Amino acid sequence: MSESVSPEVLERVLRTLAETQKLPLEQVTPEATFEQLNIDSLDGINILFALENEFNINIPDESARLVRDVRQLAEGVQKLIYEKPAPAA
Amino acid sequence: MTRRVAITGVGCVSALGNTAPEFWAACLAGKSGISQIGGFDMTGVRFQNGAQAHGFDASRHFDGKQLIPLDRFAQLAIVAAREALAQAQLELTDDERSRAAIVTGSCYGGKTSEDAGFAALYRDAQPRIHPMTIPRLMANAGASALTVELGWQGPVWTVSTACSSANHAIGQAFWLVRHGLADVALTGGSEAPFTYGSLKAWEALRVVSPDTCRPFSKGRNGMVLGEGAGMLVLEPLDRALARGATVIAEIAGFGMGADAHHITQPSAAGAARALRLALADAQLTPEAIGVVNAHGTGTAANDVTESAAIRDVFAGNLQDLRVTASKSLHGHALGASAALEAVATVLGLQAQRVIPTANFLERDPECDVPLCLEQQPWDHAAAVSNSFAFGGLNAVLVFTRKLGRPQSPVPSLS
Repeated sequence: MSESVSPEVLERVLRTLAETQKLPLEQVTPEATFEQLNIDSLDGINILFALENEFNINIPDESARLVRDVRQLAEGVQKLIYEKPAPAA
Repeated sequence: MTRRVAITGVGCVSALGNTAPEFWAACLAGKSGISQIGGFDMTGVRFQNGAQAHGFDASRHFDGKQLIPLDRFAQLAIVAAREALAQAQLELTDDERSRAAIVTGSCYGGKTSEDAGFAALYRDAQPRIHPMTIPRLMANAGASALTVELGWQGPVWTVSTACSSANHAIGQAFWLVRHGLADVALTGGSEAPFTYGSLKAWEALRVVSPDTCRPFSKGRNGMVLGEGAGMLVLEPLDRALARGATVIAEIAGFGMGADAHHITQPSAAGAARALRLALADAQLTPEAIGVVNAHGTGTAANDVTESAAIRDVFAGNLQDLRVTASKSLHGHALGASAALEAVATVLGLQAQRVIPTANFLERDPECDVPLCLEQQPWDHAAAVSNSFAFGGLNAVLVFTRKLGRPQSPVPSLS
């Protein structure tokens, strides 16, 4: 079952991905696969790092390995944001 | 199989410019690249001057994505290598490409990336550091990136022997080509040591000059750090001549040895031994040598022991010898230094000139060598380039001008 991704999170994921891959933003669509975007394993690591910084989350190795396209990536990020402990008051 | 080895391309990036011709013009002019260190806050560092490659703009050579896994030291190596290869105009067969060698030297590897990552972790309490930190910091990063760029699949490795790294690298690449283990080789060294952490480490060792590098001069007060890369293309002389390549010079010999004496104090005996081994490897006597590109760091200790070694080995021809110390111009670029000095030495052989030692104040009786202070025409058939590293690891190269090495008997090792 897929997570519903907020427009704001999706937009930030697309932007982070485009910046990391040095791609025009319009080329990075939710439907695009990593293969279509020419993202190899090393690129993937850089993207995960950029997303961790962008959203202040920790992406576990095992869930990162399963991601194949932009939508899955955004869903995974959204899930981690939901799971993130609330900041201490 | 033993073959004569030609140098058919050189490239370098340094404080003296972004290309070998710029480097050579500054060497001839005695124009030192030492200036105020920039790029980060130098507050609290006792020395302020260095020889940075201020003119190097990575974005002119790489697109943004190419740069992600490349530390500055690897960028410098690649750019210098491209220049050397463009000059050599090699056209390799598939078989030659499968055996083509790359041997590089670097003292520090990707120190800039490592330092930035550790500052983020330790100082800024960041939870993570850049995922390319490991590929950036490995000392073979430049060599490995070049294999991908060129498709060269032969012996490729990186030597790390502090200030002798590039001479050890060039010497081993030379032996690969001389003995038929590779048909062509790309070799040299690169270094990018300007990080706050490494400058503080040098400061603590108390060997860095507060003003400038004055090799063999009275009043010298230490070395000045530099950065850059030098690369040379090597191939058998016969191959170079057959394809009509321009032969800049030949490498004729390499000698290396260890002082087995002290971790930082140099030894004149160890330096002299490496010089004699290099001459023996080149089958030349000391009288054949017209120029010494000295290790010449400008530290109290090195210049005295190196002077003693030079006076010992070249006792019979000091009047026909000129010593030059180009670190006064391009700084001490650690693992790249010997590569920059190799480029200076072979361009000197090609031009039949000897380059000046800058920043000289007055003669030091403890450094009594025939030091060149003004560039001059100098008829010389052969030159040596010295590198003597911390840890007592000495490496000396012998170069000859392209017309052919002078005939002389094999020297005896004493």
